[in-house]
Amino acid sequence: MTSDSKNTILVDGERIDLRNRPLAALLAWLIPGAGHFYQGRHTKGVLFMVCILSAWVLGFALGGGHVVYASWAPGDKRWHYFLQAGVGGAALPALLQANLIKKATDPETGVTSGDYQPYWGGFMAPPLRPVRESQADEVSAWYARHGAGYEMGTWYTVIAGLLNILVIYDAYGGPLSIPISGRKKESEDDEPASKETEKSAT
Amino acid sequence: MLPIAPSYLLYYLPLIIAIALVFGGTRHENTKLILQYAWQTGRWITGFMAIIFIVICILDWLL
Repeated sequence: MTSDSKNTILVDGERIDLRNRPLAALLAWLIPGAGHFYQGRHTKGVLFMVCILSAWVLGFALGGGHVVYASWAPGDKRWHYFLQAGVGGAALPALLQANLIKKATDPETGVTSGDYQPYWGGFMAPPLRPVRESQADEVSAWYARHGAGYEMGTWYTVIAGLLNILVIYDAYGGPLSIPISGRKKESEDDEPASKETEKSAT
Repeated sequence: MLPIAPSYLLYYLPLIIAIALVFGGTRHENTKLILQYAWQTGRWITGFMAIIFIVICILDWLL
């Protein structure tokens, strides 16, 4: 695959070839850091992969493996999944599980059939339905079993997904040139480098 | 008095490390600048949360 000049940018004095930007963004979504590996930005690729996947795996473990699932059933609208899906491939099994339980649930009564068997021993499978607020169901059992870990695990995985959105942008367009904080104060030792921070298309 | 176990606060550590490094990584290309930015971001977020924490503790003590 060839790169043209509009895909080359200069950041911190380093020339970066972003190669095929949409492909890099897609790879970054599928596997955090993969887009950067594709562009030859190996240090950042490792950094993003370690940071995001660690947060993801830690959150998943804290929640007992039940914090990532896709569900939009009455009583269990799992909006967190939209944010967790920012990590791409790692969240995709939840979609297969969601489809499976949907087929195994009676649309009129909202009750999951007794012979429902989730894939992979229930990995990323939604809770059995119905899920009703203030009643004992599988979600309340998960909360009871993992306590604060279930809550924290959910937030860890949500934040990992959100962080990967920044990484996808970085793979597509290069680093954000202006700090979000708007902070202008710089120490003396980073002055020479920061002068070169200016991102310019060549 | 904290309504939670102090060990609960340890959940914060891996999260702030990951967030600060990703923030740094998405704003710079040079490793040294990434780490500097990550350190600043970590300090800023920690300071901000510490202020909120102190305010909540004071409110809890007053009310």
